Amino acid sequence: MNLRQQTREWWQSGNPWIWLNAGAVSVSVLMVIGLLLLIMVQGLSYFWPADVFDARYQEADGRIVRLIGEITDSETIPVARARDNGYTLDEGTGQITRYVVKIGNRDIYGADFKPVFAPFLIDITYPRDLIVGERREWGNFYGYPLRLLHDGKVVAEGEAVPAALAQALAHVTDLFEQVEGLRKHDIGKINYQMERLRLERRRLELDGVKDPSAYADIERRKAALQAEYEKLNARIAELGRELNRDSLIIRIQNDQEMTIPLAKIVRVYYPNAMSVFAKLGTYFSKIWEFVSAEPREANTEGGVFPAIFGTVLMVLLMAVLVTPFGVIAAVYLREYAKQGLIIRTIRIAVNNLAGVPSIVYGVFGLGFFVYFLGGNIDALFFPEAQPAPTFGTPGILWSSLTLALLTLPVVIVSTEEGLSRIPRAIREGSLALGATKAETLWRIVIPMASPAMMTGLILAVARAAGEVAPLMLVGVVKLAPSLPLDGNFPYLHLERKFMHLGFHIYDVGFQSPNVEAARPLVYATSLLLILLIVLLNLTAIRIRNRLREKYRAMEH
Amino acid sequence: MTMTDTAPLTHGIDLDNLERPLAEGGESMDVTLKVVDLDLYYGEKQALKKINLDIPRHKVTAFIGPSGCGKSTLLRCFNRMNDLVDNVRIEGLIELDGQDIFAKTLNVAELRRRVGMVFQKPNPFPKSIYENVAYGLRILGIRDRRVIDEKVESALRGAALWDEVKDRLEDNAMGLSGGQQQRLVIARAIAIEPEVLLLDEPASALDPISTLKIEELIYELKDRYTIVIVTHNMQQAARVSDYTAFMYLGELVEYADTKTLFTNPREKRTEDYITGRYG
Repeated sequence: MNLRQQTREWWQSGNPWIWLNAGAVSVSVLMVIGLLLLIMVQGLSYFWPADVFDARYQEADGRIVRLIGEITDSETIPVARARDNGYTLDEGTGQITRYVVKIGNRDIYGADFKPVFAPFLIDITYPRDLIVGERREWGNFYGYPLRLLHDGKVVAEGEAVPAALAQALAHVTDLFEQVEGLRKHDIGKINYQMERLRLERRRLELDGVKDPSAYADIERRKAALQAEYEKLNARIAELGRELNRDSLIIRIQNDQEMTIPLAKIVRVYYPNAMSVFAKLGTYFSKIWEFVSAEPREANTEGGVFPAIFGTVLMVLLMAVLVTPFGVIAAVYLREYAKQGLIIRTIRIAVNNLAGVPSIVYGVFGLGFFVYFLGGNIDALFFPEAQPAPTFGTPGILWSSLTLALLTLPVVIVSTEEGLSRIPRAIREGSLALGATKAETLWRIVIPMASPAMMTGLILAVARAAGEVAPLMLVGVVKLAPSLPLDGNFPYLHLERKFMHLGFHIYDVGFQSPNVEAARPLVYATSLLLILLIVLLNLTAIRIRNRLREKYRAMEH
Repeated sequence: MTMTDTAPLTHGIDLDNLERPLAEGGESMDVTLKVVDLDLYYGEKQALKKINLDIPRHKVTAFIGPSGCGKSTLLRCFNRMNDLVDNVRIEGLIELDGQDIFAKTLNVAELRRRVGMVFQKPNPFPKSIYENVAYGLRILGIRDRRVIDEKVESALRGAALWDEVKDRLEDNAMGLSGGQQQRLVIARAIAIEPEVLLLDEPASALDPISTLKIEELIYELKDRYTIVIVTHNMQQAARVSDYTAFMYLGELVEYADTKTLFTNPREKRTEDYITGRYG
């Protein structure tokens, strides 16, 4: 048997196809795993409390400076590039390593990061008393703790500082949370009620009410709120004084002393002195802060909780809106409409809708929902708020509606698919028992098609949760002052703008004032977005599987 | 019941002089369904040609004939299942207890409650056994749990299924065997107490033992229901039916009491068919 024959036989056996298909699957799987690994490594390493060094460094001009910081990145570059930067290096060295060192103390040096060429970094040590602190403003600080002050008097010095600092910081953090709680919750509530009173008064004016007693009532309630506000403000001022009594003095890399009020500190740790378990503790507390706290510093620090919340709420609202629309449309198309040219055309149009670029939906949403619908709603129901728009401005309702429109074709197509798979015999069985068509639909056909509807919904959720472009036009913002769901009646504020993880990634990655600091956050946020979508999908898939189990008649 | 087996109630239909089959009993003849000059077209194709026959009350009437002869189509006219098919045109008259079932004013759902139907393949709903039987009752608007319980039980007893399923009424009906499913479907149909029960080859998808059970069931049910059964199994028709109609290419060739039709057919075509010469 010659080679040609063998090749031909191998070709005919079908094995090449198996190899081709398996190869394609493997490449896809590898790419997905690679993507996830990259995002996970880059995103999750950001929270790790890395060791901090204290070293001397020779600058390009020959000066020797002291450097305290942590290495966040390293790369190998040709020597020539170092020479371009003014460093003197031998010809033949070839490649050298360049670190990106996070030196923090942005308020002193103006930048968080410094590129450092490895050969010029000397006398590297890792002193155990080096402290790293995260601040509410100006990023991290690095240095040696010297003294802890209370009302300007030294309460701890040297060795005693860590213990005393931990205690004082716990107390201060507690106070800070109280103040924040008062500001956000209580004062927020009063502001909200004040605004409502203003609108109530304006409405009375618009209605032409002359009766002074109505106005007096509003004034009385306003005065009561004002009094409460004063009281709260006084309490906040008192807490604020208490809050600002403690401060920490550290020695930073140029041997300056720096005073940091404890009220400005989020957390401190001593990475060089920490065991792996202690580091793990800090690591998880940082991750928890990331998912549960609000952003600070133009979104480059702190957490992304409002964005998670906004994404989930928007997707859920979208699901609630798109399901009835899609199902009703599909039921009409499949069950009631006379199958003909018109229905075929509509079906093609619906399928093509799925291919329209999402930004076009955003433009439509802005033009139709926000300006037209929202504007008219404002004119009809909220004349007292004019000229400030209520619904006539981008908001979470319009975002959900726009995305519902975007995902409608998916739901329609899969629902139709499900409806067409219900056996004729089952429908006839119901009709033969004297059920009308509507009864058959509601009691038999739609329940049996519900797994297919869920499949549509799963696809819709996956698409909607990852969509950013249209949202930028119809409701997403960089920083929303309040969540769309809170304790003030009517609790769900559909007109509010909201934050979204996808937009957050874009914002942090491209619009951030501090790109170097924000880069790991882009990965971390991406990871979170992926996890969130997976979670939403898994929930939907579980529901679908339960429905499938219940109505498994059609899989004969 | 005034009808007797000895009276010459039935004879084959002769299309040329259009005598009414089963009509000789006159007033004494208790007719449930009366078919007059029924034509049915699927688009251009004529599937039923000038059918005339009377179906007597509380008897079993069997339709036999080769595949495609129109026997199922005729059966599906009785509860207007053909309405669901596009491009169907029906001419002629069918009366249920003297009432025109094609009348514009007639409520089709109401008609189907009076004329129950069991299909060739068991088609239980993907619900519990209980809910399957209760379905028609719920459609009727019965809410009282006790009433439904009673009717479900009596229907399941009526369909000779009660003893087999009484301990697992909440189980999914899809878990039953084919024969049990078919009896469940019969129970579902009789739960709403129809007058007529249409059986469209009810045993063709079943094994011999299940078939036997269904046949016994038919025998018991005929005391209370007028039964019309379509079958391509002549032995079955001979065993269960009181009257048999032989159809061929959309025509009603011969209609007589079962014994006469099988032992002494008037028509040559009938004889050829029952002796297995074609079909």
